[in-house]
Amino acid sequence: MDKYETHEHDVIVVGAGGAGLRAAIEASAKGAKTALICKSLLGKAHTVMAEGGIAAALGNVYPEDGWKVHFRDTMRGGKMLNNWRMAQLHAQEAPARVLELEEWGALFDRTKDGRILQRDFGGHRYARLAHVGDRTGLEMIRTLQQHAVHKGIDVFMEFNVQRLVKDGDKIAGAFGYYRETGKFALFKAKAVVLASGGVGKSWKFTSNSWECTGDGIALAANAGADLQDLEFIQFHPTGMVWPPSVRGLLVTEGVRGDGGTLRNKSGKRMMFDYIPEFFKSETADTEEEADRWYDDKKANRRTPDLLPRDEVARAINSEVKAGRGSPHGGVFLDIASRRTPEFIKRRLPSMYHQFKELADVDITTEPMEVGPTCHYAMGGIRNEADSTATKVPGLFVAGEVAAGMHGANRLGGNSLSDLVVFGRRAGLYAAEYAATVKTQPTVDAGELEELAKDLLGPLDGDGDESPYTIHHDLQESMQANVGIVRREDELKVALDDLQKFKARLKKVKVDGNRHFNPGWHLALDLRSMLIVSEACAMAALERKESRGGHTREDFPKTDPHFAKVNIVLQRVGDELQRREEPLPVMPDELKPLFEEK
Amino acid sequence: MAASNFTFRVWRGDKSGGNFVEYAVESEEGMVVLDCIHKIQATDAGDLAVRWNCKAGKCGSCSAEINGKPRLMCMTRMSTFEPGATITVTPLKTFPILRDLVTDVSFNYEKAKQVPGFKPGKKEADGTYRMQQEDIDRVQEFHKCIECFLCQTVCHVIRDHEDNKEAFAGPRLFVRYASLEMHPLDTNDRVALLKEKQGLGLCNITKCCTEVCPEHIKITDNAIIPLKERVVSQYYDPVAWLLRKVRGKKTEAAE
Ligand code: SF4
Ligand code: SF4
Ligand code: FES
Repeated sequence: MDKYETHEHDVIVVGAGGAGLRAAIEASAKGAKTALICKSLLGKAHTVMAEGGIAAALGNVYPEDGWKVHFRDTMRGGKMLNNWRMAQLHAQEAPARVLELEEWGALFDRTKDGRILQRDFGGHRYARLAHVGDRTGLEMIRTLQQHAVHKGIDVFMEFNVQRLVKDGDKIAGAFGYYRETGKFALFKAKAVVLASGGVGKSWKFTSNSWECTGDGIALAANAGADLQDLEFIQFHPTGMVWPPSVRGLLVTEGVRGDGGTLRNKSGKRMMFDYIPEFFKSETADTEEEADRWYDDKKANRRTPDLLPRDEVARAINSEVKAGRGSPHGGVFLDIASRRTPEFIKRRLPSMYHQFKELADVDITTEPMEVGPTCHYAMGGIRNEADSTATKVPGLFVAGEVAAGMHGANRLGGNSLSDLVVFGRRAGLYAAEYAATVKTQPTVDAGELEELAKDLLGPLDGDGDESPYTIHHDLQESMQANVGIVRREDELKVALDDLQKFKARLKKVKVDGNRHFNPGWHLALDLRSMLIVSEACAMAALERKESRGGHTREDFPKTDPHFAKVNIVLQRVGDELQRREEPLPVMPDELKPLFEEK
Repeated sequence: MAASNFTFRVWRGDKSGGNFVEYAVESEEGMVVLDCIHKIQATDAGDLAVRWNCKAGKCGSCSAEINGKPRLMCMTRMSTFEPGATITVTPLKTFPILRDLVTDVSFNYEKAKQVPGFKPGKKEADGTYRMQQEDIDRVQEFHKCIECFLCQTVCHVIRDHEDNKEAFAGPRLFVRYASLEMHPLDTNDRVALLKEKQGLGLCNITKCCTEVCPEHIKITDNAIIPLKERVVSQYYDPVAWLLRKVRGKKTEAAE
């Protein structure tokens, strides 16, 4: 094996979105020699895509807001499957984290009296989201990035971590390669914080960027940590499926609220066929009544186009599976034929401009093609609420890669606050832990030798599989079989497919050399994607109920047994093993919050 | 737009040299240049190096020069070209090449390190800050920057004069300086640094940077010119200079 660089730190942070940056800042402030390692350039992480805002009970708009209300909203949104302590810490600490961002230079939109303005968002009882227009994520990442620059953190950009190395059962560092040169490097460390983000790239329709391949989950699983709640994936019912330049872009519910209707390929307004018993009394059952509702909400019942998210998603799913979908695997969302161009431009200005600019799609003249789109993973690496420690000594986690905070479903605005609340905690506890480790752990050079050889496999091998084709097939299978609505037979098909993909990945062959080679990178990222996909399918099979971001067609109701457990997966040998773990029990003094209406 | 055929001339190579390689691409309805590059990767050139993240014009990763013009590949629609056209894609000219369409943009990160950080004044009695929306509108415009570095690559001061790089921060960084200088809470003073070490004077207001900014930040009018005015008043207007002194603004040493 060629020589590789070796670096030595107390704490290394993998991932430089909001959580990773905040963790690195904290670890460094606590005196730990800290490295921040990211897969892209600094400041490009998926956090920049977050639009809505950051939820924190500052009480600027509604003084009656407070952590207890935020806590309750979060638990309810998560269908009570959240780790209550995480939800509590999050609600208690989010305001301080937002004010801290301001102190570091962030400029949130203001109230009339000059304080931070907060906006309404689904599931939050009070207007609670601090925001900057529709680019709150960018503001957060830039603020943290610029703050971090002066903190003496060593930053390593465009570096892919491929393995967490251990000394006995303890963390000893991380090994990987530079995307640019393909050269290997070892980061020896006493503690590692994983803040590597989401998993969306296993699905065909996703709002996630190329980076979201679930690396952290795979790294942690391979290092012996537990995974938890991976069945809970948030799908948005109406993401764009076509044209390619806007695939994955989310279309707000506002389009349906303003008159947009869902149609199948023959032009039929399909939602009238999908009104569940439970909503019959409040939902219009004729097109005439539904259309009158927009102007007279008192005398008419609501249009079925505005049924809850999961109902809409289920309907789209059924139409597509019955062969009545649009040409590219979705259905049509039509506002063009129902409202004047002036009305649409006035009501939905940014949507109108975005589609026009990105795809030359004029939503005032043609329908959109939409379908369920993978957006956010509630599940991830199992960890301890206060410290974010995993069961591997020295391994801490924060952000989307961590499980527990959001339970079965996440409220909008709670992800950005999650990043800074638990990013800070992960950095803090990692630094504290590192301080207790007296000597730098040692790393087995032989193990690295073998790993390096394995990583070069796709370049040296004599196989004939293209990583791009495997990725394509994986996305098709996951979208079809582990999508927004699941059933046993399909989940089993996915698990079968995954075995085949694993075998094919062994025969992968890429062109070119180690020098900035996206084909090679994809071949390695696919290893993570396959682990995550399998974990998700296995957990989904086990949870025989429907709750939050997990819907089973064959078990459409919630089940009291599953209300009390997390599905946990652990890697043993080459296999993932599954078990149930009881939820942590909420202390009595918090329970009354859930009794009043 | 229905499907049409295009010829892509993509620069392939690294710092030791390279050449153009042509690829035939069938572009479907609604595709952008980045989609075509991905198509080339998936079919003809699995190792074609390119940076991208969001594919929505929000992360500033996919900058390249398309037919000689610096642009975001994910925001350049194929429907803006004539069917059958040849489209030339090259890496950003101002930065050293790493491989294919990927350049070494570390210049920008180095310059960013030299910016003296944000330093807020005292908080209100309740431990928070107060700012009026109209006082931050301008600075929020600067915060829209996605760090695509298109303005940096187009600015002739460094595009045509490699040796100016040492002494010139570039328009992106001027936007950053302006955002700090005009932040209502900030108490640092970077004016001397801008004049003496960051090359503000080298800018001769050609506005090429403004024209190319995908976030439509009025770089020249709203950031650079006001900064130049501050230099003038601080250096050549004794009253203003004295006022700043007594207001207690600390002058950051040009280090
Ligand atoms: S206006 Fe100044 S900074 Fe902008 S391109 Fe011209 S010389 Fe460069
Ligand atoms: S100022 Fe505009 S052109 Fe320059 S880096 Fe920022 S977004 Fe890009
Ligand atoms: S990929 Fe993010 S700006 Fe183009």
